[in-house]
Amino acid sequence: MGNPMKIRAVSKDGVTEVKVLMNHPMETGLRKDAAGALIPALFITEVTAKLNDKVVLQAQWGQSVAKNPYLGFKVKGGKPGDKVTISWVDTSGDTRSDQATVN
Amino acid sequence: MTLELQPSRRGFLRQTGLLGLAVSAVTFLPRMAYASWNKAAFGAKTMADTYKAMGVDSPTVSADIQLNAADIAENGAVVPVEAISKIPNTTQISFLVEKNPAMLTAQFDIGPDTLPQISTRVKMGQTSNVIALVKADGKFYTASKEIKVTLGGCGG
Repeated sequence: MGNPMKIRAVSKDGVTEVKVLMNHPMETGLRKDAAGALIPALFITEVTAKLNDKVVLQAQWGQSVAKNPYLGFKVKGGKPGDKVTISWVDTSGDTRSDQATVN
Repeated sequence: MTLELQPSRRGFLRQTGLLGLAVSAVTFLPRMAYASWNKAAFGAKTMADTYKAMGVDSPTVSADIQLNAADIAENGAVVPVEAISKIPNTTQISFLVEKNPAMLTAQFDIGPDTLPQISTRVKMGQTSNVIALVKADGKFYTASKEIKVTLGGCGG
């Protein structure tokens, strides 16, 4: 299920600004642990953002997105009380979806 | 007995058939919501292969793309980058790090109501050019900026 994301969505002058902080190790598969063994790759590959029921952003990620990924974007429309939903899938097939209310 | 069973068996089959369809629809729906991950592009080791896998053909350098990032990243593991495209009908913004083992970091497909402005954080193994690749009206445009890394972020 992964760990919860932090999502902040603020509507101002007809534009909703969304900031997301995900909780994920984003292992590249190139790093070695203390014993010198490779740490297997584990990273988010796909992200979808929705404003209410509408998909507003779809992302594909590689292993070089930083650990605990940050994502910021802006969408026209959206008003206080609307819902922003962010979901991701990682290389292990794990998924996570979190929702926030627009302020 | 058999006469009694016959219709209910048919009913049972029909119901389970429908149920099966409903279950598979529900199971496959979350996957369908996502675009298929471009494995070739994310695994490509050279710029030419990356562009080829993304369907990019000789992108134009554009001054209408603003790539915001610090000149020097003290920690290559967390490098904030932001791309703002002023090119009309921008539908996609991608970030590439030229000297990373795999160059393509992230690709964002933006909806019609989404502003062509994306910020995120990338990992950088060493000092390198970071490229913002923008797709607008089916054409590709780039802007790049060199970011100096004092401590690499790709481990190993």
